[in-house]
Amino acid sequence: MYTEPQVFDGGDSNVRKFNTVNRRVFILKLAKGIIFTGIVARLFSLQITENKKYLTLSDKNRLREWRLPPIRGEFEDFFGNVVAGNTKVYQLHVVPEQVEDFKYLMVRLKNILSLTDKEFSKIVKKKKQQKAWETLIISENLTWDQFSKVNFYLHELSGAKPVLSVARSYPFKANYTHVLGYVAQASEDDLLKNEEIKNKHVPGLRVGKSGLEKTFENSLIGTNSVQRYEVNAFGKRINQVDFKEGEKGQKVKLTVDTEIQKLCNDLLADKAGSISVMDIFTGEIIAMHSSPSFDPNLFLYGISYKDWDLIRNNPLKPLINKTISGLYSPGSTIKPIVALSALENDVISTKFKVNCSGKTEMYGQTYHCWKDRGHGVVDLRDAIKQSCDTFFYEMSRRLGVDRLNTTAKRFGLGNRVFKNLYSEEKKGLVPSTKWKKNVLGKGWVLGETLITGIGQGYIQTTPLQLCLMTAQLANGGFKIFPRITYDENQEPLEKIKYKMSESLKTKNENPSSLIRSAEELLNIDEKEYTKLFRNQENVKFVLEAMFASTNEVRGTSYRSRIDDKKYQFAGKTGTAQVKKITKIQRELDLDTSQIPYEERDHAWYIAFGPYKNPRYSLCVLVEHGGSGSSAAAPLAKKLMKKIIDRHDEREKIRKNRLMEI
Amino acid sequence: MFEQTSYSEQLTFFQKLRSFDFILIFCVLCLGIISNLSMYSTDGGEFLYHSKSHLIRFITFFSMMIILSFVSLRFWHTTAYLFYIITLGFLIWASMYGITASGSQRWVNLYFINLQPSELMKIAIIVCFARYFHREQLTNINSFKNILLSMTILILPILLVVSQPDLGTSILIAISGLIVLWLAGFNIKYFIYSGLALIVSLPFVISMLKPYQKLRVLTFFDPDRDPLGAGYQIIQSKIAVGSGGLTGKGFLKGTQSYLEFLPEKHTDFIFTLFSEEHGFIGSVILLILYAIVIFRILNIGSNSRSYFGKLFCYGFGSAIFVYVTVNMAMVLGLLPIVGSPLPIMSYGGSSMLATMIGLSIVMSTKIHSKQIIH
Repeated sequence: MYTEPQVFDGGDSNVRKFNTVNRRVFILKLAKGIIFTGIVARLFSLQITENKKYLTLSDKNRLREWRLPPIRGEFEDFFGNVVAGNTKVYQLHVVPEQVEDFKYLMVRLKNILSLTDKEFSKIVKKKKQQKAWETLIISENLTWDQFSKVNFYLHELSGAKPVLSVARSYPFKANYTHVLGYVAQASEDDLLKNEEIKNKHVPGLRVGKSGLEKTFENSLIGTNSVQRYEVNAFGKRINQVDFKEGEKGQKVKLTVDTEIQKLCNDLLADKAGSISVMDIFTGEIIAMHSSPSFDPNLFLYGISYKDWDLIRNNPLKPLINKTISGLYSPGSTIKPIVALSALENDVISTKFKVNCSGKTEMYGQTYHCWKDRGHGVVDLRDAIKQSCDTFFYEMSRRLGVDRLNTTAKRFGLGNRVFKNLYSEEKKGLVPSTKWKKNVLGKGWVLGETLITGIGQGYIQTTPLQLCLMTAQLANGGFKIFPRITYDENQEPLEKIKYKMSESLKTKNENPSSLIRSAEELLNIDEKEYTKLFRNQENVKFVLEAMFASTNEVRGTSYRSRIDDKKYQFAGKTGTAQVKKITKIQRELDLDTSQIPYEERDHAWYIAFGPYKNPRYSLCVLVEHGGSGSSAAAPLAKKLMKKIIDRHDEREKIRKNRLMEI
Repeated sequence: MFEQTSYSEQLTFFQKLRSFDFILIFCVLCLGIISNLSMYSTDGGEFLYHSKSHLIRFITFFSMMIILSFVSLRFWHTTAYLFYIITLGFLIWASMYGITASGSQRWVNLYFINLQPSELMKIAIIVCFARYFHREQLTNINSFKNILLSMTILILPILLVVSQPDLGTSILIAISGLIVLWLAGFNIKYFIYSGLALIVSLPFVISMLKPYQKLRVLTFFDPDRDPLGAGYQIIQSKIAVGSGGLTGKGFLKGTQSYLEFLPEKHTDFIFTLFSEEHGFIGSVILLILYAIVIFRILNIGSNSRSYFGKLFCYGFGSAIFVYVTVNMAMVLGLLPIVGSPLPIMSYGGSSMLATMIGLSIVMSTKIHSKQIIH
């Protein structure tokens, strides 16, 4: 350091002053050093120690993902026709944050698209509910006219984006409604109940609301395409960082034949009812229709109140899938099973005879046969052929309801045919003494056995259950596994038949062990085509009686027979009373058309064909159609012809598929 | 003593030039270049408004600093009070006719520049004190008259700046003023007493704060309590710095600033941007540059024979240190957010002007280190 010049006045004081300031600066320098070190330490902790954390936060800041709606898998019928597909639609999107003057744009769009005030306010409301960077869908389905108009004015509509998108379409409209169900906008409830939907949800996503569309939701839905953008602090997209193409949902193949499905729709036009057709060996559903139906395309873009009211308030109940969730008294269609049960349990022999006088007195009550004059002396074959109620009263009395219950359940009544495939499917009811005691808390009355024997009273079945019952009779009495979706690992017909014949050989099988619970069956990988009978001759007898019912004079469906051996079929009519017939009505003997619609009988017909070498079973129900022979059986005649005409084509496809495997 | 006076006045231009502190000038130039590149980055890698005017200002004021360095230290000594009074005048002008921006009336319109007199006051207060204590006897410094006068000199501008309102600048003026007072020999106990008094009166002061200022203090203690509101700046700044890592994201690649997540990136948060793009290494280099600048200034002070120059250098060096540390501590989340620019780096003409004037006085002290002023 330098020396202070001594020439100053009061130099001493000056030296002290200089020393003070130098000393204090030294202290300051130390403090500065410490503080600088502190700042470096802070930088170190932020940038080195916690670097990962802040890098993540920075990426979270700058990257934002936009998910596009996934493309839904298609449904195909047995022949590969698309029955629920995707169609191109013209849509109009707006991202509110990219619009300078939202109000102006909306007013312009309102004019161009001629939106109603209601639609307009709905869009404005929707805008308030979502984030500014989320796409606002102005219209999901523009007509070509609207679309070209928007494009024409596009330069004046900054922020509006005409988009070509895909949406569900049902090309066969009302034909497949109850098989497939329908899709509509995902609701809050859908998001809560299905994790998969929640993960893939984007505004405007359509999800299955009923039927197979709902059941197969998780495989149909597909995966979202994802666009990742770099965004700025205001959420504005700067540039696209990457694009991940989503996968289309899986295709679901049906066993249904569209031609036959369409015919079912035509046959039941203007009627309420159901038709189901089944392959008696493979269990494939060839057709399954419930009438009246409705066009599921109406639900895609939000159904209008008018259309919805029409569907909802229709007295014929189009919303109900009658084939699997409509419960009806089976009427005389139950008779083959009652007869089989009696034969199997050795209650009667085939020679057993009853004299029918039109009515019979039992337990102090009068039970009427449908034929007032009576059938005279009838044996079992005649009783089935002519559907003699008196014979069946006597036979069921001897049989008892519990043994009937066992046989009926074994053949598929009182159980869900599709297990868990359709959430709306009903179980139906086959009564027993135990059931009545447990559920109704009352003892069984013997008179109830009699009416159960002719398919009235407590017993309730779905049309598909009767179809399955017919199929399991027609294939010789073996258990089959109905399905409506095509299974790649399907067994060839020859194998099924072989297995059935194998199970025929094991003679010492205990019949009671044949009844397995549904759960047990589901757990078995290898399908066992177990026999459902004790003596196959009994089954054959019943089938022969059904043949007589259709193809012999005085058979109940004789008028609907086909003599051509190729198409010849066997069946059983049914006429289910909806209301107890009063004495006065019995005396009046009114024609169907004279009774109020709600009180008319349900018309049933079950059949299988071709008779010589059976392959298909069917079940026709016409709600309040009157008698089975006049309302249901004629439909079956047309249907059976078509089914058998389509058979060769179907077999060709089946063979090709087996070759592929 | 007359000999020495005449000796120093006989310095030729080249003699003066040779005695420049080239290390200091080099470091300032480096900081200037870095600041211009950062400004270029804030404009998104384009030569736009901010980068352009910052470059022009830097060149203008840097040249001005070089030229002013040749001015004799005695000139600053003579005009010290005048400098203070003129700046005070500007402050009063600003409080009456000033330009208001973002709720604060800070600027006066001088037609060629919008001057922020509070920035100039940061320097003026140091010059004024250096002059005041230049002739004062050490024994008299703690006299009542001296304390009263110097406190008046300090509190007048602070009150004016607080009323603008500009809490950040007034705190910085207060701190640099107090440091000079302490260096000059004020008894340490006064600081302790007034510090205690401040703590006692703190509740009253807080109750007088504007709501947004209260919020800032609260937010400092817990930035996450309102992440989209008041805490946003601190959180985003920490994210930017933290994500920079060791080597940074690279020049012009700072996503936080480029995508506008960073607030005030031209001014108070320029260090955040720099730190995001150049990482820990870059930040430490920047910090070292500042440390060298401060060290050189203090060194010039200790080599000066005149008390005026010495006290100014010490005061100015400490002030620069305070500005740098307060700014960095603030953007690193160590202090509440108060408006305080980073010297040389931040965008802002008045701040740059003040810093350059201060540096030119320091340089003048270096050149005229043998000069003794009466």
